[in-house]
Amino acid sequence: MLKIANKTFQSRLFTGTGKFSSALEMEQALVASGSELVTVALKRVDLKNSDDDILNHLKYPHISLLPNTSGVRNAKEAVFAAQMAREALETNWIKLEIHPDPKYLMPDPIETLLATEELAKLGFIVLPYIHADPVLCKRLEDAGTAAVMPLGSPIGSNKGLKTIDFLEIIISQSTVPVIIDAGIGSPSDAAKAMEIGADAVLVNTAIAVSRNPVKMAEAFKIAVEAGRMAFEAKLGSIHSYAAASSPLTSFLDD
Amino acid sequence: MTSFTELFESCSWGETKKSIYDKTAADVEQALHTSTRSLEDFKALISPAAAPYLEQMAQISRSLTLKRFGRIVQMYVPLYLSNECNNICTYCGFSYDNKVRRKTLSAIEVMQEAAVIKDMGYDHVLLVTGEANQSVHTDYFKKVLDLLRPHFSHLSMEIQPLDLEDYKELMHYGLNTVLVYQETYHREDYKKHHPKGKKSNFQYRLETPDRLGQAGIHKMGLGVLIGLEDWRTDSFFTAMHLNYLEKKYWQSKYSISFPRLRPFSGGLEPKVVMNDKELTQLICAYRIFNEEVELSISTRESESFRNNIIKLGITAISAGSKTNPGGYATELDSLEQFEISDERSAAEIAAMIRTQGYEPVWKDWDISLTR
Repeated sequence: MLKIANKTFQSRLFTGTGKFSSALEMEQALVASGSELVTVALKRVDLKNSDDDILNHLKYPHISLLPNTSGVRNAKEAVFAAQMAREALETNWIKLEIHPDPKYLMPDPIETLLATEELAKLGFIVLPYIHADPVLCKRLEDAGTAAVMPLGSPIGSNKGLKTIDFLEIIISQSTVPVIIDAGIGSPSDAAKAMEIGADAVLVNTAIAVSRNPVKMAEAFKIAVEAGRMAFEAKLGSIHSYAAASSPLTSFLDD
Repeated sequence: MTSFTELFESCSWGETKKSIYDKTAADVEQALHTSTRSLEDFKALISPAAAPYLEQMAQISRSLTLKRFGRIVQMYVPLYLSNECNNICTYCGFSYDNKVRRKTLSAIEVMQEAAVIKDMGYDHVLLVTGEANQSVHTDYFKKVLDLLRPHFSHLSMEIQPLDLEDYKELMHYGLNTVLVYQETYHREDYKKHHPKGKKSNFQYRLETPDRLGQAGIHKMGLGVLIGLEDWRTDSFFTAMHLNYLEKKYWQSKYSISFPRLRPFSGGLEPKVVMNDKELTQLICAYRIFNEEVELSISTRESESFRNNIIKLGITAISAGSKTNPGGYATELDSLEQFEISDERSAAEIAAMIRTQGYEPVWKDWDISLTR
């Protein structure tokens, strides 16, 4: 079972709440996904209003909220926003998103590292959204991160695991859970991410923008489970050449 | 390059216009089928040669918009603070030579107007003024931002161009977005339409987005007033401006509007008329050219056009708008900037958006993200 900080998860599919055609459709899709960790953009929720439409549709005992800091441009703003979220939503979990570039939404590694250090000291469970940078992942571990969330490809692009070579390095050397975030465009991408050993994936656009978000959410649920099972069962290795019937070293047995 | 002027001056209006009108069907097909699009591709997409490809453009535009923005439309509303203006602009109801009594909202009136807007459901507000630097100045704006900041999540302004230091100061007071339309990039025509007042300085206006970028503004809005000059050439310069700004001020967001000249008291007849098909072509062209830019549509456009255009690339819409200071509560009949076309209420527009399978979004920013 997946464990992040003090929490265990049955489902390895984390989800987002943006881009849906209504709060009701979002609710139905997220329930169908079986997701237990759902990220919510602070900018979309009304922290002053206990009757917020998005939050009202996420009131399930199995769903934990993961507020995110989307919109901030540096560590200082991120730390302030995280504190606001902790106060309003009563959770010390934070998805740290610092993308000062609003066009491609590329995460800033320097500010993210600074903010992780600061937030970990303040008692937050920090899940930072980052580029697929293995060295940054190790630095974040030192800074006290609870997990790392490297991107598969640009956020919202549905392009799949373009960074796979780097993700494999990250997975092989990480001491904290690795959640592949951003770019996962189809259930087969999610299955692939799980097969290479990711601890979880986060999917939003591919579910929300599908013609049938509820059905797509279920497809992702199954794909993540299948991918994880395949990882646990150990995939056979892929050969680009046939196994020789007369091995090169057979002479040694003569 | 220190400002856009240098790049702008390297392109002549006449040659640019000719190069747009010279685009062929083959250029359009190339623009539609490539994965990254250049300004030359944008020229093809806005050219007369692209007219037969409108349906295909709409399909691409729709799917790109869905991928980036999802099934949502951002709701915003203008709050006119003042119709005082020292500029003469041939196309504007607030023009100095339009001898009608003027009004600037007091603090109490601002709050009364804001209360009505909040009741309509709005959380993003666009503050609008003319240009009257002796009474509607940075100190006035600071007071207004102080008043409104506790009540709205997102504060935008469409006001006279200011100096860099003024923008920096206003950002401390919660200013998030500034819209500044060039009106036209045709320098000589610009002079004709702005014969008097500070606005007659073409270059100061042209360099305003540079000052906003230097100030680190979160979002800026660009556009031209369609009807003054050839819309294709003007839109090309807008796209070129956008391209330049995105590269230089990479931490800012951008939005584009395409206001078509509307009737107003004492008004000007458009020199160039753009029909609905052409406006649709332009909207789709912007989206295909730039997947991330926000595209906004106002109540200048008709009911039926707005009902249908929200699925084709638009990301933000206003509704229930008044274009006069006091129009919501305190002085219903003051001088308006222009007559709106779509008079439906915010609730009616929200319902229309839902019927189309989209969600009207009232809040997409939080003041805590920048303070």
